[in-house]
Amino acid sequence: MLPLVARWGKHAALEVQEYVLLTWATFHGIVTRPIYRHDIVEQFDLIGWGSLTVVLLTGFFTGAALASQSGLTLDQFGARPVVGRLVSASMIKELGPVLTALMLTGRIGSGIAAELGSMMVTDQINALRALGTDPVRKLVVPRVLAGFLMAPVLTIISDFVGILGGWIVARFQLQVATGVYWSSVTQALYMQDVWMGLIKPFVLGFVIVTIACHVGLRTTGGTQGVGKSTTVSVVAGSVAVIAVDFFVTQALIALMY
Amino acid sequence: MATDTQQLARQILSETGAPVIVFDHVRLAFDDRVVLQDISFTLIKGHTKIILGASGSGKSTALKIIVGLLRADAGVVWVNGQRVDQLSEQQMMAVRADLGMIFQEGALFDSLTVRENVGYKLYEETDMPLEEVDKRVEEVLGFIGLQEHIDKMPSELSGGQRRRVAIARAMAFKPSILLYDEATTGLDPITATTVDDEMIKLRDLESVSSIIVTHQLRDAFYVATHMAQRDAAGRVQIVQATAAKEKQAEFIMLRDGLIVFEGDADALRASTDPYIRDFLS
Repeated sequence: MLPLVARWGKHAALEVQEYVLLTWATFHGIVTRPIYRHDIVEQFDLIGWGSLTVVLLTGFFTGAALASQSGLTLDQFGARPVVGRLVSASMIKELGPVLTALMLTGRIGSGIAAELGSMMVTDQINALRALGTDPVRKLVVPRVLAGFLMAPVLTIISDFVGILGGWIVARFQLQVATGVYWSSVTQALYMQDVWMGLIKPFVLGFVIVTIACHVGLRTTGGTQGVGKSTTVSVVAGSVAVIAVDFFVTQALIALMY
Repeated sequence: MATDTQQLARQILSETGAPVIVFDHVRLAFDDRVVLQDISFTLIKGHTKIILGASGSGKSTALKIIVGLLRADAGVVWVNGQRVDQLSEQQMMAVRADLGMIFQEGALFDSLTVRENVGYKLYEETDMPLEEVDKRVEEVLGFIGLQEHIDKMPSELSGGQRRRVAIARAMAFKPSILLYDEATTGLDPITATTVDDEMIKLRDLESVSSIIVTHQLRDAFYVATHMAQRDAAGRVQIVQATAAKEKQAEFIMLRDGLIVFEGDADALRASTDPYIRDFLS
């Protein structure tokens, strides 16, 4: 039992060490030359534009469901008109950032892990190095930059369509007047909430992509290994999103409220 | 002082018979598994070193150490007059500028076309104008006879074509040393011969020094006993090598991370070592 625990501990420590080293190499790659601009633009398109549909759908239906559920609860207190307040606060502070991050983990994290994993097991990463290219600069930096900067943009879009979905339910199902809904949405919003909703996705986007890159670049064991890496990337990324969200929330509450 | 030393090294390396790769008592182990125990050999400029051995004997590992993809635990490795066993990844980039490697299965970038694969290093890592890169890519693909496939994706090529494109990619930036890692493994004999011919042409017409790792005896002996030359019309012909040329191809046999044989094709054929006899049969 003890050797098993020791082996697990060593393995975990090694993974953390490699993750930290990759993160450090990524920071170094961002601020020093060469920079592969074409790859950066391509990743912004793939991660940003490519994730738009899934984020729009998730945000819209989450907002709509939230309004519907909240309406039932608020009815018990005769507070149906403030449904917009609940929808906006929930979407902007918590659901928008977390659900967008979870969607990105499923779509982007798995894709990155599978792509880099395939490149690892087919020696393409070694070929890159042999051709004088640093794989971190060429593959990781563009993806991390795109994840870091596009996650907040996608989150804002998700927040907006979520509130829009909430309005449709409020207006046509709950019979709340449009003016009442939108004024309720803005009344409940404080600058701290907006900051919290904006800061979180930067952190979550960075975490999702660095985990996926780390897992992808550590792939061994052929196609079976690629499948395993994809699963690990999604599972580890999803758990990290929830956990990091909690810690960032605590930190921001302590700092801003 | 350092400049003088570098100039001297360049001068020595430009002479015939200069050692371009030196392995000096190299050792590498992964945890408890010793892959290379004590390996020493020298590759002479313009010569071919053919490393034979069973799977897991450490052949590919030796190549990866030369190109800096793995780091030896002990021993010294020299490439083109530069000691590489202690260089950082960043410093290795300069060494790799004159070093090409062909990986098992080709390792072509599957999201890039043949043109982009072959010209990868020139497009991405040099300031060469695009027109010149395109010209060089077409020239290299012409050399290996795959011009018509220039805009195809790697998935559209046959196994043999993929290996030849990998050779084209490795030679596009005109390295003086090429390392072939099982370049013909898994290919049918006819296709393997076309790949062998490319290795011979590069060695004899482009003066490329090469290390060939393989366990395909037929290909190893074919490369060692043939040479490329141009006829009066400038056409390339693959013919039987002269005795002097044959001596420039040296075999190394690895077993359990140790060299058990080193010599030319005739010496290998004449060896009475039971393991080698078994391997050759």
